[in-house]
Amino acid sequence: MLRVAELSAGYGGFQALFDATLEVNAGEAVAVIGPNGAGKTTLLRAISKLIEPSRGTLTFAGQSLASLPAHAVVARGIAHVPENRRLFPRLTAEENLRMGAYTSRGAYTERLAQVYALFPRLKERRDQPAGTLSGGEQQMCAIARALMSGPKLLLLDEPSAGLAPVVVQSIFELVRRICAEGYTVLIVEQNIRQVLKVVNRAYLLDTGRIVRSGSAAELMAAPEIQKAYLGL
Amino acid sequence: MSDIFDIYLLEGVLNGLLLGGLLALLSLGLNLVFGVIDVVWICYAELIMCGMYAVYYLHVQYHWPLLLAMLAAIGVVAVLGWLLHQLVIRPVLHAEPINQLLVTGGVLFFLQAAATLAFGIEFKNLGVTLPSVRLGEMSFSAARLVAFGAALGGVIALYLFLTRTYLGTAIRAISQDRSIMPLMGVDPARIFAITSALGGALAGLAACLLVLQYDIHPAIGLSFGPITFLICVLGGLGNMLGGFIAAFIFAQFIAVGGFFFAVEWGYVIAFIFFIAVMFWRPRGILGK
Repeated sequence: MLRVAELSAGYGGFQALFDATLEVNAGEAVAVIGPNGAGKTTLLRAISKLIEPSRGTLTFAGQSLASLPAHAVVARGIAHVPENRRLFPRLTAEENLRMGAYTSRGAYTERLAQVYALFPRLKERRDQPAGTLSGGEQQMCAIARALMSGPKLLLLDEPSAGLAPVVVQSIFELVRRICAEGYTVLIVEQNIRQVLKVVNRAYLLDTGRIVRSGSAAELMAAPEIQKAYLGL
Repeated sequence: MSDIFDIYLLEGVLNGLLLGGLLALLSLGLNLVFGVIDVVWICYAELIMCGMYAVYYLHVQYHWPLLLAMLAAIGVVAVLGWLLHQLVIRPVLHAEPINQLLVTGGVLFFLQAAATLAFGIEFKNLGVTLPSVRLGEMSFSAARLVAFGAALGGVIALYLFLTRTYLGTAIRAISQDRSIMPLMGVDPARIFAITSALGGALAGLAACLLVLQYDIHPAIGLSFGPITFLICVLGGLGNMLGGFIAAFIFAQFIAVGGFFFAVEWGYVIAFIFFIAVMFWRPRGILGK
């Protein structure tokens, strides 16, 4: 579904991603794991065209994303839940969801019902300004906002970041349910142990380069991951 | 004796209320543009001046019906707002705030000078005199009543637009987080252009109401530009609710102060109040 080939990207003169090649197939949940500053966020930002890749190709559902401006990517079926959630703090939870449906207004009512079924808590909080929601609720709202566009591919940037350990558990449970619903998911995470329990496959990104890939079980068992990231 | 005193004070308060509606409308467009684009249109009152000339020429010279001329003037100023953004603001969108102020300040003098060249310095007026409306012992200018009604209508329409529609929600959203708007499928440049046209349209509406009460001349912007700007700052620049409240406070100072002393004293007291508030809350009543 998504093919990323030899992708390089960065900010100004600083290159954060070097020749990344990866693939996400329909129905799969794939993780890109790695330490802070490895280039994970840069990878997602390049896929959704928030930054223009300096090299490489992006193909989604058989079509190149090269000439698309960032705001046209959503309509192609890629929804991106950005780092730190980035809700509109003074809009209500439901208004945030409405923004998520900006490009697919006809389906708003139907998708709102689906999203509320998936996140009943959000329905209780629908009229509350998003900035007053708890961290976990904000993450739910951010994911729900992305689902409102009816995406074929969901990009999740560190959904567990900045959340209390108990909440992290429930967010990963949610991610698992979203994958089970048949969404195709590409998730980047530092919380390697947790994310590998949820996804089918994963890539290990280190200082801007993909250094390893394989099934979740393979990566979990890989000695360099056990040693460097899991502290075993 | 004291009955009469009270009724004239009431008249003052009610006139202040009417003036407040007009001032609230004046502040609306400026606040909208600042809140969304983060640029102060120093030349906002000059856009209103252009709108007043548009009404005048279409109605008096070309004999359009007044309402049609007013609708057209709103359209003209909306286009001016859009042009202002595309031609002047866009190139300095990421420049220092002082540069943004200076370019719109440049537009102020450009529009003033252009109006002087094109329309001359004579005072012009529509020649429409609306009667005054008597209510018991009190009398109110019908032009002010119309302005108040239209201003209130404009405020409510804008509120509904901003809260009930996708585009309006996007306009509020972009002022809270500009850089992730593309992830919603929204092109920020388009929202900015639309907001600028909307700010222009609000200036055009203000022009239609002012032209009923005031003569038009190229420097007319100077007589209500500063007060509009001060009201926005008093309420908290970019905060439309704050501007709305500030407009009514300001108008009461002018009207009631004018009742107890002379009209000029009303302005003096209002500006002293403004300065005092700036010491107390430098970012305005509802500023953050």
